[in-house]
Amino acid sequence: MKKLINDPADVVADALRGMAAAHPRLRVDHENRVVLRGDAPVRGKVGLVSGGGSGHEPMHGGFVGPGMLDAACAGEVFTSPVPDQMVAATQGVDGGAGVLHIVKNYTGDVMNFEMAAELVAAESGTEVVTVVVDDDVAVTDSLYTAGRRGVGTTVLLEKIVGAAAEEGRPLAEVADLARRVDDTGRSMGVALTSCTVPAAGKPTFDLPEGEMEIGIGIHGEPGRRRVPLAPAREVAQMLVEPILADRTFTDGVICFVNGLGGTPLLELYVVYAEVAAILEKAGIGIARSLVGPYMTSLEMAGCSVTLLQADDELLRLWDAPVDTPGLRWGA
Amino acid sequence: MNAAQLTAWLTRFAELVHAQRDELTALDSAIGDADHGSNMDRGMTEVVAALAEAPPDDAAALLKRTGTTLVSKVGGASGPLYGTLFLRMAGAIGDGFAPALRAGFEGVLARGKAEPGDKTMVDALGPACDVLDAGGSLAEAAQAAADGRDATVPLVARKGRASYLGERSAGHQDPGATSTALLLQAAAETLGGVQGQGEEATP
Repeated sequence: MKKLINDPADVVADALRGMAAAHPRLRVDHENRVVLRGDAPVRGKVGLVSGGGSGHEPMHGGFVGPGMLDAACAGEVFTSPVPDQMVAATQGVDGGAGVLHIVKNYTGDVMNFEMAAELVAAESGTEVVTVVVDDDVAVTDSLYTAGRRGVGTTVLLEKIVGAAAEEGRPLAEVADLARRVDDTGRSMGVALTSCTVPAAGKPTFDLPEGEMEIGIGIHGEPGRRRVPLAPAREVAQMLVEPILADRTFTDGVICFVNGLGGTPLLELYVVYAEVAAILEKAGIGIARSLVGPYMTSLEMAGCSVTLLQADDELLRLWDAPVDTPGLRWGA
Repeated sequence: MNAAQLTAWLTRFAELVHAQRDELTALDSAIGDADHGSNMDRGMTEVVAALAEAPPDDAAALLKRTGTTLVSKVGGASGPLYGTLFLRMAGAIGDGFAPALRAGFEGVLARGKAEPGDKTMVDALGPACDVLDAGGSLAEAAQAAADGRDATVPLVARKGRASYLGERSAGHQDPGATSTALLLQAAAETLGGVQGQGEEATP
């Protein structure tokens, strides 16, 4: 294992110290491992809290700031945070208008946020609504799985819903919007290499030279099938086809090509060009785009494609100012 | 069942988890996300430290402290699941070990919404509870848990991250069922002579 770390056990704490030093407008609660907006709680504004395992940076801590999240809880690498962290985050951002928990659909994340919501309900009057993101078409959504994983749509959702909360909209409306964004977003990913959890010290799975894993998650969990490496043109097809087969998309989508951590931007743009060509052929115009490593899986090489059906309202919220370490425009 | 006996049980469980940490993580790498060994080891190390720092007076307080420590320190799926197991046991330990484990098991079912055969810790814990309820010994319960663990190998996972693999999860032993089998092994080793059946605590 070759990593720029000190002790593997200290990776998350050390990185949070770096976040605090690099971004003085954030407030980092080191004891609870929560990143908060420096001005939290914002009076009268719905607080947005998310969180998850570390190793996906900039998600979620890098998306804390005006126009996006109010707080993010950092778990151990690829491990959900604990309820105490979520309770501290919720209390820290409660500006009197309630708090929305944005949870990616993973068994651990869902259970820990559930216990946190129970604790908040038992201890305070803060109203909490939970929205679960589940947009990964690689997973069959049935009684026989834990349901679809929350992947790329999470980034778009946190931006769009963050803008709505910033406008001062009430909790019920913000939560409805979050559910609508989740309903209209679909994602699919591919891994070219595995990744190494620092505490484990060796790659999570073996992916031989010349092979790739289609339908990968963001934790190094294996995907749908393993196929020989192919040109970006064909890989784009393998990612976009199942998305289009799962939901009807019409003109005006947000197209997000996400890097998993180990793939250079150069290659992400190669993929984007192929995705754009496929969509054009299908008569689906791209209204907005996002290209880059926003939801990573440590040093995994690969990418994911997310399509989100936008409308005027979603595009207006997408374009609204955002000022976070990971995403910043108009501010 | 008194606090000292339960402390011995949990300390032994922590030792077994620590010794098999890499094996648990390897099992989790195959069908999950490679953190079960490190999470359980971290959690149980915290539990042992918390119990040593301020030893609880009675069995219920000790189990409650164990549960809250795991919920607060572990994260992932195993934190809420093992945490709930011990928190529910705390409420029923006055009736004896077997009823407490049964209550813990029901808590795990409610929290994780898994059913027998889903390839989870339920498949080791359920058979162990059944043996104890039928009057079996802790050694027999530990054997039932180990058999349940082994029986997860051919199963297709329906809960947790392993469920994303579908058919590809078959052929691998479930890490959660494996750590649960260690929990029962630790009980047989430390509480076996004490006997777990329904008798009142005699501190």
